[in-house]
Amino acid sequence: MTAPPTPAVATLRDVTMRFREHTALEGVSTAFEQNTITGLLGRNGAGKTTLMQLLSGHRVPTAGRVEVLGAGPYENDRVLRHICFIKEGQRYPDHFRVRDALAAAAMVFPGWDGDLAADLVADFDLPAKRPVNKLSRGMNSMVGIVMGLASRAPLTLFDEPYLGLDAVARQMFYDRLLADYAEHPRTIVLSTHLIEEIASLLERVLLIDRGRVLLDADAESLRDSAVTVTGPAETVQTFARQHDLLHTETLGGSSRAVVRISGATDRRAAAAQGLAVEPTNLQQLVVAMTLQTPAARGQHHPTGPAELEEVSS
Amino acid sequence: MNEDAGPIFRQVAAEIENAIVDGSLAEESQAPSSNELAAFHRINPATAAKGLNQLVADGVLTKRRGVGMFVATGAREQLLKRRRGEFADQYVRPLMTEAQKLGISAGELAAMIDDWTNQR
Repeated sequence: MTAPPTPAVATLRDVTMRFREHTALEGVSTAFEQNTITGLLGRNGAGKTTLMQLLSGHRVPTAGRVEVLGAGPYENDRVLRHICFIKEGQRYPDHFRVRDALAAAAMVFPGWDGDLAADLVADFDLPAKRPVNKLSRGMNSMVGIVMGLASRAPLTLFDEPYLGLDAVARQMFYDRLLADYAEHPRTIVLSTHLIEEIASLLERVLLIDRGRVLLDADAESLRDSAVTVTGPAETVQTFARQHDLLHTETLGGSSRAVVRISGATDRRAAAAQGLAVEPTNLQQLVVAMTLQTPAARGQHHPTGPAELEEVSS
Repeated sequence: MNEDAGPIFRQVAAEIENAIVDGSLAEESQAPSSNELAAFHRINPATAAKGLNQLVADGVLTKRRGVGMFVATGAREQLLKRRRGEFADQYVRPLMTEAQKLGISAGELAAMIDDWTNQR
């Protein structure tokens, strides 16, 4: 029943990226398969933006190899016109109106769909004649979303594309993304902190923490890979000891633990011991896994990386 | 779909099964496509397709090349049979566990079921 693996559109092989004394990514290997939506998750400063900059040829890795459509993307026009990178808080030339920005994008991307762009501009109620740099943050994000979707680029990267957008506009983005993706499948990578909002859109999840891959898996297996068990503290601790404990909390005599399990047998075992067993959603799993890292335990605020990425983008 | 209720493809499959069991999706009729399911439930089309493929593997749906998926003949009977088999484990067990916790005897439970049936 398992589908045969689809060819990868982009791969990173043992990629390390250093900025002066700071290491943004270390030994990252992953592949983005054709026609998948991947959620790129991780805390601020985890290395998400750096990873996207590498994929889109904005940077050259310090070590390792980045390949997109079979070649290195850096200064490679043949590859670059098939990559659309929507940066957070994208800047445009000063005189550019919304329509100029879109016209420029139309010339860059071979698969550009002008009708879709016009539809989206109307849906988002974007003022086509207003200079892009005079737009509110939310409207600026909308311009990015229009470009990202209308580009139909075989590799489309959205870096937190929702900044300044209200809940209605975000829902419009998710719906239009899904509708267009269903009609025109392509490889989409979406970095976000709003995990719950987009969890059901994702086919793959790539979680990075402090420049390293914590989790690289298919979203549906992840939902099956961990449970939250609740019950008497002792029973919970005993069950947790036999499995991979990710996170635990205790209140009085009862405990709750997020535990990785290997299948239905483990779930039944927990139930047989009288524990309440609930599925764990992606957000809970991602938070539990990130909290579990020694770095998160030792210190709560990452220093350096977030700032450096800002400066260098 | 409920992101807090385990794998979404299983929920997709269960929902189609429910529709077949309650008759709203008749045998031989066409099942929704993965894109329709994806748009309706706001889920990834691959996830919807996985749910449909599971039903094909289970013999509940049949694939007609180039047309779509259809409810198999006998699918409803097959699902009823399976669900009856699962009934004790899924419904009677939790009922009995709670009854035991509260000190309700099997006889009292039977009387409650009789009452409930008579009230309807």
